[in-house]
Amino acid sequence: MTPFNRNFGQGGTRKAISPDMNWRELTKAGNIYEPGNSASYETGDWRTIRPVWNKDRCIHCLICWRYCPDASIISTDGKFDSFDYKHCKGCGICAKVCPVHAIDMFSEDEIDRQEEASKNEK
Amino acid sequence: MATLKELAKVEERFVGGHRLCAGCGHGISVRMVLNAAEDANVVVGCATGCLEVASTIYPYTAWNCSFIHSAFENAGATISGVEAAYKSLKKQGKIDKDFKFVAFGGDGGTYDIGFQSLSGAMERGHNIVYVCLDNEAYMNTGIQRSSATPMGADTTTSPAGKVVPGKQQPRKDLTAIMAAHNIPYAAQTAISNWQDVHRKAKKAFDVEGPAFINILSPCPRGWRYNTPDIVELVKKAVETRFWPMYEVENGKWKLNYKPKKYVPIEEFLKPQGRFRHLFAPGNEHVIKAIQKEVDERWLALLERCGETPELPPK
Amino acid sequence: MKNKVAITGNEAVAQAMKQINPDVVAAYPITPQTEVVQIFSSFVSNGQVDTEFVTVESEHSAMSAAIGASAAGARAMTATSSQGLALMFEMVYIASSLRLPIVFPVVNRALSGPINIHCDHSDAMGVKDAGVIQLFSENAQEAYDNMIQAVRIAEHPDVLLPVSVNFDGFITSHALDVLEVLDDETVKNFVGQYQPEEYLLDAQNPVSMGNFDMYDFYFEHKRQQVAAMEAAKKVIEEVGKEYEAISGRKYGLVDAYRLDDAEMAVVVLNSAAGSAKGVVDELREKGLKVGVLKPRVFRPFPFEAVQDALKKVKAVAVLDRAETFSTLGGPMFADVRTALYDLKNDIKVINYVYGLGGRDLRLEDVEKVFDDLANIVKSGRADKFVNYLGLRE
Ligand SMILES: Cc1ncc(C[n+]2csc(CCOP(=O)(O)OP(=O)(O)O)c2C)c(N)n1
Ligand code: SF4
Ligand code: SF4
Ligand code: SF4
Ligand SMILES: [Mg+2]
Repeated sequence: MTPFNRNFGQGGTRKAISPDMNWRELTKAGNIYEPGNSASYETGDWRTIRPVWNKDRCIHCLICWRYCPDASIISTDGKFDSFDYKHCKGCGICAKVCPVHAIDMFSEDEIDRQEEASKNEK
Repeated sequence: MATLKELAKVEERFVGGHRLCAGCGHGISVRMVLNAAEDANVVVGCATGCLEVASTIYPYTAWNCSFIHSAFENAGATISGVEAAYKSLKKQGKIDKDFKFVAFGGDGGTYDIGFQSLSGAMERGHNIVYVCLDNEAYMNTGIQRSSATPMGADTTTSPAGKVVPGKQQPRKDLTAIMAAHNIPYAAQTAISNWQDVHRKAKKAFDVEGPAFINILSPCPRGWRYNTPDIVELVKKAVETRFWPMYEVENGKWKLNYKPKKYVPIEEFLKPQGRFRHLFAPGNEHVIKAIQKEVDERWLALLERCGETPELPPK
Repeated sequence: MKNKVAITGNEAVAQAMKQINPDVVAAYPITPQTEVVQIFSSFVSNGQVDTEFVTVESEHSAMSAAIGASAAGARAMTATSSQGLALMFEMVYIASSLRLPIVFPVVNRALSGPINIHCDHSDAMGVKDAGVIQLFSENAQEAYDNMIQAVRIAEHPDVLLPVSVNFDGFITSHALDVLEVLDDETVKNFVGQYQPEEYLLDAQNPVSMGNFDMYDFYFEHKRQQVAAMEAAKKVIEEVGKEYEAISGRKYGLVDAYRLDDAEMAVVVLNSAAGSAKGVVDELREKGLKVGVLKPRVFRPFPFEAVQDALKKVKAVAVLDRAETFSTLGGPMFADVRTALYDLKNDIKVINYVYGLGGRDLRLEDVEKVFDDLANIVKSGRADKFVNYLGLRE
């Protein structure tokens, strides 16, 4: 879902919007024609701590889904499915509201270090 | 009441990729409110403020529905225009789909600069929902006091200094003022009780005519509390009776929740950096004044709601 | 079919609005515009229009509601004067930047303070740089005709900008005038149906409007507005031609009156152009080569048309019914002088500020202007650029 230009009124063809475009190519009035296209903008790199799901503990109450400010808890068929790490900012609210402590927050740095270490082991 | 399992199947109207701070209350409030519109067509209006500038940074929008922002002080008037267009076009058979209309404004855009525009929209009886996301200050411009800022709060225009201990005035009671417009529905709610938010939002969407909802929507940056604790903190706002949950439907006041015991206001104030100075020696009188205001407002509210005006047992 | 009627400017404009039958009107009363709102309300009350009339609590909200309505896909209008336009100021810029074809009459009145309800153009000049097309009208007939054309200009896909139709408070708004109105069907066909390309109430294609631009996009979006303004000049002329076909009345960017062989010219907006034309006729009788240029369009500024109309004159007086307090004269003076500078014809261009707060422009005043111009032509020198006409010095 790359933002594109439907180009009403002022010429040009359908093209992905980028800051390289000239004024003729951008959408009229700065209108955005794809609802919810911020999904293609990643905020996951804001995160310093990462929520990690403990499948065994989860009772699929979806309280975490309800309270995530970034719609970053993906549910399928009314059940917890996964975290959307592309957008999750690591606020820690989900871990806090989970009634059964099925979400733990880990430091991204720590995770990186461990991943690095396990890579080196191989 | 729908279960979360059912509600999670409703299409998300405020998606990720917006640029609100991590843990911002606005993200939670907006998601809850729009979720209650279920599968209706919705047009969202929005006042300038954190929500708007973080959710529509060109060429990205977090709004998975039609959206309009025009300025700071006119979300009420702008959404009235949208609704009037809908009425006119529908009446003339130029469109056939049904729509719901909701405008979001911060406390600055609602209690203060947008107050006139909101009052006008409510008085004219448009079929709209107006939601105030009250984080008790102008956060977008860097935490300045508004008329929703609680007494004693340290903001950048009511800084806690050597002689003045934060904001000097009590909060404006906007929800009551909106109820005084004799609109079909006015309510105050808090995200700590998602069922309450959901029920009120749904009711607001369903009633014929204008509806107003005031949601306490904490800002971790401006309030300076531990970000993950948002729900706990809002719960304290409700338990201390600082932020009562009530609704006024067709003129009838109804209290939705009554705390079992007396929780002193300190419990709400203490976790927040904006009130830290109040706990320094010499500022006890400010906390006392806040408590007095809370108690008095609570008693008045009970009376309006036809309840016995008494404080919870200590 | 054309009807001759005796009505005021406000009645004529309300009549045009009725015939246009906009989907939404949001307006707030202010002298001298009030009648427009009142008359239009009665059309709504009596079911003579399909319009939703939004009785807003202020002009700021009037333009805001018109913006909401227009963005939603409605043909939307408002109307105002003076303080009302000043209060709307913020939203006029936004209506333009959102590229919404909102048409709104502005019944020109002086701006406070001191408070004054009579005509000058300080209200209109306050929004001259807001990105709104400004049409000016000499009399009720022109106000009526401009309203109808404004809809087509605003909604043209190359334009999509708000259009204000200016006419003089009291002088035009309240004076009875004989004019020709078109029949309803002709107007209806001329304005057609508004078909927005994108709108909030398009359930299949939701759109996000009024988004936040950073430094990487804002400038380009502003440039688009300029392009729309540029395109408007051609569209205004085309619409004028089409309108001539149904009305028999000619409309272009400027109205050049007896300028073909003129040596001296006065440039003036709105009703004062009528007085100036009268004086020109008299002076022509005496053998003086004089003429009047009345810009019908002030924004976009008809640079080329002004050059073309004035390129052969020797001296020009620009009459401004507004101050800028720049100490360099009125707002139109700067634009006309700029337009003529590049001709390198050594045309002398001077300025007169006149008629502030409703002060009459007397025929003697215009005669004095031509006298001054004659002296300049004779001496080849213009020493005083900024002059006040009808002021007690
Ligand atoms: C007319 C006008 N005045 C001032 C501003 C600057 N401004 C933008 S947002 C804002 C404060 C917003 O506060 P609030 O409405 O409480 O929303 P929040 O950001 O706290 O959610 C201010 C003062 C503006 N955009 N327009
Ligand atoms: S809140 Fe906890 S238990 Fe409930 S769905 Fe989320 S992770 Fe599972
Ligand atoms: S950490 Fe915050 S942003 Fe990430 S999933 Fe949990 S609640 Fe959502
Ligand atoms: S400053 Fe506060 S209100 Fe604004 S985005 Fe950040 S947390 Fe939310
Ligand atoms: Mg705020």
